Amino acid sequence: MSGRRAIVTVPKQAKRGEVIEIKTLAQHAMETGYRRTQEGVAIARDIIRTFVCTYNGAEVFRMELHPAIAANPLIAFSTVATESGTLEFKWSGDNGYTVTETAGITVV
Amino acid sequence: MGRETRAMQDDDATNPAMFWVLEGEALFKNKEGSGKACLDCHSTLKGVAARYPAQDAKQGRLLNLEGRINACRTERMGAAAFPYESRELLSLTAYVALQSRGAPIEVRKSDVGEKFFHLRQGQLNLSCAQCHDERWGKKLAGTPIPQAHPTGYPLYRLEWQNLGSLQRRLRNCLTGMRAEAWPFGAPELVELERYLMWRARGMKMESPAVRP
Repeated sequence: MSGRRAIVTVPKQAKRGEVIEIKTLAQHAMETGYRRTQEGVAIARDIIRTFVCTYNGAEVFRMELHPAIAANPLIAFSTVATESGTLEFKWSGDNGYTVTETAGITVV
Repeated sequence: MGRETRAMQDDDATNPAMFWVLEGEALFKNKEGSGKACLDCHSTLKGVAARYPAQDAKQGRLLNLEGRINACRTERMGAAAFPYESRELLSLTAYVALQSRGAPIEVRKSDVGEKFFHLRQGQLNLSCAQCHDERWGKKLAGTPIPQAHPTGYPLYRLEWQNLGSLQRRLRNCLTGMRAEAWPFGAPELVELERYLMWRARGMKMESPAVRP
Protein backbone atom coordinates (compact mmCIF):
# COMPACT_ATOMS: atom_id res chain seq x y z
CA MET A 1 0.00 0.00 0.00
CA SER A 2 1.62 3.22 -1.05
CA GLY A 3 -1.43 5.42 -0.50
CA ARG A 4 -1.24 8.16 2.06
CA ARG A 5 -4.80 8.56 3.12
CA ALA A 6 -5.99 9.20 6.64
CA ILE A 7 -9.49 9.27 8.06
CA VAL A 8 -10.22 11.25 11.23
CA THR A 9 -13.50 11.38 13.08
CA VAL A 10 -14.12 14.24 15.50
CA PRO A 11 -17.54 15.36 16.79
CA LYS A 12 -18.55 18.55 14.96
CA GLN A 13 -20.01 20.09 18.07
CA ALA A 14 -19.44 19.56 21.79
CA LYS A 15 -20.29 21.17 25.10
CA ARG A 16 -17.53 22.98 26.94
CA GLY A 17 -15.78 20.60 29.29
CA GLU A 18 -17.19 17.52 27.58
CA VAL A 19 -14.92 14.54 26.99
CA ILE A 20 -14.89 13.84 23.25
CA GLU A 21 -13.76 10.70 21.48
CA ILE A 22 -11.49 11.01 18.48
CA LYS A 23 -10.84 8.19 16.05
CA THR A 24 -8.08 8.17 13.48
CA LEU A 25 -7.14 5.68 10.84
CA ALA A 26 -3.97 6.00 8.75
CA GLN A 27 -3.21 4.08 5.61
CA HIS A 28 0.17 2.43 6.09
CA ALA A 29 1.63 -1.04 5.50
CA MET A 30 3.64 -0.95 8.79
CA GLU A 31 6.34 -3.21 7.37
CA THR A 32 8.12 -4.56 10.44
CA GLY A 33 11.64 -4.97 9.04
CA TYR A 34 11.74 -8.52 10.38
CA ARG A 35 10.29 -10.19 7.30
CA ARG A 36 12.09 -11.67 4.34
CA THR A 37 11.06 -12.27 0.75
CA GLN A 38 10.78 -15.79 -0.64
CA GLU A 39 14.37 -15.38 -1.87
CA GLY A 40 15.54 -14.61 1.66
CA VAL A 41 16.19 -10.91 1.15
CA ALA A 42 15.34 -8.83 4.19
CA ILE A 43 12.49 -6.34 3.68
CA ALA A 44 13.48 -2.96 5.08
CA ARG A 45 11.48 -1.51 7.93
CA ASP A 46 8.86 1.02 6.89
CA ILE A 47 6.61 2.11 9.74
CA ILE A 48 4.92 5.18 11.15
CA ARG A 49 7.11 6.40 14.03
CA THR A 50 5.05 9.07 15.71
CA PHE A 51 1.53 10.39 15.85
CA VAL A 52 0.75 13.78 17.36
CA CYS A 53 -2.55 15.56 17.84
CA THR A 54 -2.68 19.26 18.62
CA TYR A 55 -5.75 21.21 19.66
CA ASN A 56 -5.47 24.89 18.68
CA GLY A 57 -1.71 24.47 18.70
CA ALA A 58 -1.47 22.72 22.07
CA GLU A 59 -0.43 19.09 22.07
CA VAL A 60 -3.15 16.88 23.55
CA PHE A 61 -2.05 13.42 22.46
CA ARG A 62 1.19 11.84 21.31
CA MET A 63 2.04 8.26 20.50
CA GLU A 64 5.15 6.40 19.46
CA LEU A 65 4.57 3.51 17.10
CA HIS A 66 6.63 0.32 16.90
CA PRO A 67 7.08 -2.57 14.47
CA ALA A 68 4.53 -4.82 16.21
CA ILE A 69 1.65 -2.47 15.40
CA ALA A 70 -0.69 -3.67 12.68
CA ALA A 71 -1.06 -2.16 9.23
CA ASN A 72 -3.45 0.78 8.84
CA PRO A 73 -3.27 1.65 12.55
CA LEU A 74 -6.48 2.75 14.23
CA ILE A 75 -5.76 5.20 17.04
CA ALA A 76 -8.66 6.27 19.24
CA PHE A 77 -8.29 8.59 22.18
CA SER A 78 -10.21 11.24 24.05
CA THR A 79 -9.70 14.86 25.02
CA VAL A 80 -11.68 17.60 26.69
CA ALA A 81 -13.50 20.10 24.51
CA THR A 82 -12.22 23.44 25.71
CA GLU A 83 -12.86 25.92 22.92
CA SER A 84 -13.89 26.09 19.27
CA GLY A 85 -11.06 25.64 16.85
CA THR A 86 -9.02 23.15 14.92
CA LEU A 87 -7.51 19.81 15.75
CA GLU A 88 -4.44 18.90 13.75
CA PHE A 89 -3.25 15.34 13.34
CA LYS A 90 0.19 14.45 12.13
CA TRP A 91 1.65 11.07 11.38
CA SER A 92 5.33 10.77 10.50
CA GLY A 93 7.54 7.81 9.85
CA ASP A 94 10.23 6.07 7.84
CA ASN A 95 11.11 7.03 4.26
CA GLY A 96 9.84 10.56 4.67
CA TYR A 97 6.27 9.55 5.41
CA THR A 98 4.23 12.47 6.72
CA VAL A 99 0.50 12.96 6.60
CA THR A 100 -1.41 15.85 8.13
CA GLU A 101 -5.16 16.06 8.62
CA THR A 102 -7.25 18.72 10.29
CA ALA A 103 -10.74 18.80 11.73
CA GLY A 104 -12.79 21.65 13.09
CA ILE A 105 -14.83 21.60 16.26
CA THR A 106 -17.41 24.01 17.61
CA VAL A 107 -17.66 24.23 21.39
CA VAL A 108 -20.89 25.64 22.77
CA MET B 1 -16.87 -12.79 14.21
CA GLY B 2 -16.33 -11.14 17.57
CA ARG B 3 -18.16 -8.11 18.89
CA GLU B 4 -15.11 -5.86 18.49
CA THR B 5 -14.56 -6.89 14.89
CA ARG B 6 -18.19 -6.20 14.07
CA ALA B 7 -17.99 -2.77 15.70
CA MET B 8 -14.88 -2.04 13.64
CA GLN B 9 -16.69 -3.10 10.47
CA ASP B 10 -19.91 -1.20 11.09
CA ASP B 11 -18.23 2.13 11.81
CA ASP B 12 -16.84 3.72 8.66
CA ALA B 13 -14.47 5.69 10.87
CA THR B 14 -12.70 2.51 11.95
CA ASN B 15 -13.16 0.18 8.97
CA PRO B 16 -9.77 0.07 7.22
CA ALA B 17 -11.41 -1.10 3.98
CA MET B 18 -12.58 2.51 3.55
CA PHE B 19 -9.13 3.36 2.17
CA TRP B 20 -9.79 1.04 -0.74
CA VAL B 21 -13.29 2.47 -1.14
CA LEU B 22 -11.86 5.99 -1.37
CA GLU B 23 -9.33 4.87 -3.95
CA GLY B 24 -12.05 2.96 -5.83
CA GLU B 25 -14.18 6.09 -5.93
CA ALA B 26 -11.30 7.99 -7.53
CA LEU B 27 -10.71 5.20 -10.05
CA PHE B 28 -14.42 5.12 -10.85
CA LYS B 29 -14.26 8.74 -12.01
CA ASN B 30 -10.99 8.31 -13.84
CA LYS B 31 -11.20 8.51 -17.65
CA GLU B 32 -9.17 5.76 -19.28
CA GLY B 33 -8.64 3.96 -22.57
CA SER B 34 -11.05 5.49 -25.06
CA GLY B 35 -11.66 8.45 -22.75
CA LYS B 36 -14.52 7.04 -20.74
CA ALA B 37 -14.89 6.65 -17.01
CA CYS B 38 -17.03 4.08 -15.18
CA LEU B 39 -19.12 6.99 -13.94
CA ASP B 40 -20.05 8.03 -17.50
CA CYS B 41 -22.27 4.94 -17.81
CA HIS B 42 -23.00 4.02 -14.20
CA SER B 43 -24.46 6.77 -12.06
CA THR B 44 -25.35 4.24 -9.39
CA LEU B 45 -24.64 0.56 -8.91
CA LYS B 46 -26.94 0.04 -5.97
CA GLY B 47 -27.65 -3.63 -5.29
CA VAL B 48 -25.55 -4.83 -8.21
CA ALA B 49 -22.92 -6.65 -6.16
CA ALA B 50 -25.68 -8.72 -4.50
CA ARG B 51 -26.48 -10.29 -7.89
CA TYR B 52 -22.99 -11.50 -8.79
CA PRO B 53 -21.56 -13.89 -9.98
CA ALA B 54 -23.96 -13.88 -12.91
CA GLN B 55 -24.03 -15.30 -16.40
CA ASP B 56 -22.94 -12.77 -19.00
CA ALA B 57 -24.67 -13.15 -22.34
CA LYS B 58 -22.08 -11.27 -24.36
CA GLN B 59 -19.09 -13.04 -22.88
CA GLY B 60 -20.97 -16.34 -22.78
CA ARG B 61 -19.55 -17.19 -19.40
CA LEU B 62 -20.06 -16.72 -15.71
CA LEU B 63 -18.61 -13.48 -14.36
CA ASN B 64 -18.01 -12.46 -10.79
CA LEU B 65 -17.89 -8.79 -9.84
CA GLU B 66 -14.15 -8.58 -10.54
CA GLY B 67 -14.68 -10.25 -13.90
CA ARG B 68 -17.56 -7.91 -14.70
CA ILE B 69 -15.42 -4.85 -13.93
CA ASN B 70 -12.61 -6.13 -16.11
CA ALA B 71 -14.99 -7.06 -18.94
CA CYS B 72 -16.40 -3.53 -18.81
CA ARG B 73 -12.90 -2.11 -18.95
CA THR B 74 -11.79 -4.12 -21.96
CA GLU B 75 -15.06 -4.09 -23.93
CA ARG B 76 -16.48 -0.64 -23.26
CA MET B 77 -13.65 1.52 -22.01
CA GLY B 78 -10.91 0.18 -24.24
CA ALA B 79 -8.69 -0.05 -21.18
CA ALA B 80 -6.50 -2.89 -19.95
CA ALA B 81 -7.92 -5.37 -17.45
CA PHE B 82 -6.56 -5.08 -13.92
CA PRO B 83 -4.73 -8.14 -12.64
CA TYR B 84 -6.54 -10.20 -10.05
CA GLU B 85 -5.97 -9.12 -6.46
CA SER B 86 -4.29 -5.91 -7.63
CA ARG B 87 -4.91 -2.86 -5.51
CA GLU B 88 -6.83 -1.18 -8.33
CA LEU B 89 -9.21 -4.10 -8.87
CA LEU B 90 -9.77 -4.57 -5.13
CA SER B 91 -10.45 -0.85 -4.75
CA LEU B 92 -12.97 -0.71 -7.59
CA THR B 93 -14.69 -3.87 -6.36
CA ALA B 94 -14.87 -2.48 -2.83
CA TYR B 95 -16.35 0.79 -4.07
CA VAL B 96 -18.96 -1.01 -6.18
CA ALA B 97 -19.76 -3.56 -3.46
CA LEU B 98 -20.23 -0.83 -0.84
CA GLN B 99 -23.20 0.46 -2.84
CA SER B 100 -24.97 -2.85 -2.21
CA ARG B 101 -24.61 -2.70 1.57
CA GLY B 102 -27.82 -3.98 3.11
CA ALA B 103 -29.15 -5.39 -0.16
CA PRO B 104 -30.31 -9.03 0.05
CA ILE B 105 -28.23 -11.49 -1.95
CA GLU B 106 -30.05 -12.76 -5.02
CA VAL B 107 -27.97 -15.20 -7.02
CA ARG B 108 -28.92 -18.27 -9.03
CA LYS B 109 -27.60 -21.60 -7.91
CA SER B 110 -24.54 -23.10 -9.53
CA ASP B 111 -24.79 -26.88 -9.83
CA VAL B 112 -21.15 -27.07 -10.88
CA GLY B 113 -20.20 -25.09 -7.80
CA GLU B 114 -22.25 -27.39 -5.62
CA LYS B 115 -20.33 -30.34 -7.03
CA PHE B 116 -17.03 -28.65 -6.16
CA PHE B 117 -18.32 -27.86 -2.68
CA HIS B 118 -18.79 -31.56 -2.04
CA LEU B 119 -15.67 -32.69 -3.88
CA ARG B 120 -12.99 -34.22 -1.68
CA GLN B 121 -9.65 -32.73 -2.57
CA GLY B 122 -6.02 -32.58 -1.57
CA GLN B 123 -3.77 -34.63 0.67
CA LEU B 124 -6.21 -34.26 3.55
CA ASN B 125 -9.00 -35.53 1.32
CA LEU B 126 -11.43 -32.90 2.55
CA SER B 127 -14.39 -31.24 0.93
CA CYS B 128 -15.72 -27.75 1.71
CA ALA B 129 -18.91 -29.37 3.04
CA GLN B 130 -17.11 -31.35 5.72
CA CYS B 131 -16.16 -28.16 7.55
CA HIS B 132 -18.77 -25.66 6.44
CA ASP B 133 -21.87 -27.93 6.44
CA GLU B 134 -21.08 -30.64 8.93
CA ARG B 135 -18.86 -28.81 11.43
CA TRP B 136 -19.85 -25.18 11.41
CA GLY B 137 -19.89 -23.63 14.87
CA LYS B 138 -17.12 -25.97 16.00
CA LYS B 139 -13.53 -24.83 16.12
CA LEU B 140 -10.61 -25.12 13.77
CA ALA B 141 -7.28 -24.06 15.26
CA GLY B 142 -9.10 -22.10 17.93
CA THR B 143 -11.37 -20.12 15.61
CA PRO B 144 -15.03 -20.87 14.94
CA ILE B 145 -15.87 -22.49 11.60
CA PRO B 146 -18.38 -20.31 9.73
CA GLN B 147 -21.11 -21.46 7.36
CA ALA B 148 -19.30 -20.00 4.36
CA HIS B 149 -21.68 -17.15 3.62
CA PRO B 150 -19.64 -14.69 1.54
CA THR B 151 -21.67 -11.60 2.44
CA GLY B 152 -18.86 -9.12 2.87
CA TYR B 153 -16.33 -9.52 0.05
CA PRO B 154 -14.01 -7.93 -0.79
CA LEU B 155 -13.13 -7.74 2.89
CA TYR B 156 -10.38 -6.58 5.17
CA ARG B 157 -8.90 -9.52 7.02
CA LEU B 158 -6.92 -8.55 10.07
CA GLU B 159 -4.76 -11.63 9.47
CA TRP B 160 -3.93 -10.44 5.95
CA GLN B 161 -3.57 -6.80 7.06
CA ASN B 162 -5.05 -6.15 3.67
CA LEU B 163 -8.17 -6.26 1.58
CA GLY B 164 -8.79 -9.55 -0.22
CA SER B 165 -11.27 -11.10 -2.61
CA LEU B 166 -13.41 -14.17 -2.07
CA GLN B 167 -11.10 -16.06 -4.44
CA ARG B 168 -8.16 -15.31 -2.16
CA ARG B 169 -10.14 -16.77 0.73
CA LEU B 170 -11.09 -19.86 -1.30
CA ARG B 171 -7.50 -20.41 -2.38
CA ASN B 172 -6.49 -20.12 1.28
CA CYS B 173 -8.93 -22.87 2.19
CA LEU B 174 -7.74 -25.05 -0.69
CA THR B 175 -4.14 -24.67 0.41
CA GLY B 176 -5.21 -25.59 3.94
CA MET B 177 -6.73 -28.78 2.53
CA ARG B 178 -3.37 -29.32 0.82
CA ALA B 179 -5.12 -29.30 -2.51
CA GLU B 180 -3.82 -27.60 -5.61
CA ALA B 181 -5.58 -24.24 -5.62
CA TRP B 182 -7.23 -23.11 -8.84
CA PRO B 183 -5.54 -20.01 -10.23
CA PHE B 184 -7.12 -16.58 -9.69
CA GLY B 185 -9.98 -16.02 -12.08
CA ALA B 186 -10.42 -19.74 -12.85
CA PRO B 187 -13.98 -20.66 -13.90
CA GLU B 188 -14.06 -23.32 -11.15
CA LEU B 189 -13.59 -20.65 -8.49
CA VAL B 190 -16.28 -18.45 -10.03
CA GLU B 191 -18.74 -21.38 -10.01
CA LEU B 192 -17.88 -22.03 -6.38
CA GLU B 193 -18.36 -18.33 -5.60
CA ARG B 194 -21.80 -18.46 -7.19
CA TYR B 195 -22.79 -21.53 -5.21
CA LEU B 196 -21.63 -19.90 -1.96
CA MET B 197 -23.55 -16.72 -2.76
CA TRP B 198 -26.63 -18.82 -3.49
CA ARG B 199 -26.26 -20.46 -0.07
CA ALA B 200 -26.28 -16.95 1.41
CA ARG B 201 -29.35 -15.86 -0.61
CA GLY B 202 -31.56 -13.45 1.29
CA MET B 203 -28.74 -12.45 3.63
CA LYS B 204 -27.74 -8.82 3.55
CA MET B 205 -24.54 -7.63 1.93
CA GLU B 206 -22.08 -6.07 4.38
CA SER B 207 -19.23 -5.25 2.01
CA PRO B 208 -16.55 -4.22 2.64
CA ALA B 209 -16.52 -6.31 5.79
CA VAL B 210 -13.84 -6.79 8.44
CA ARG B 211 -12.95 -10.31 9.54
CA PRO B 212 -10.35 -11.69 11.93
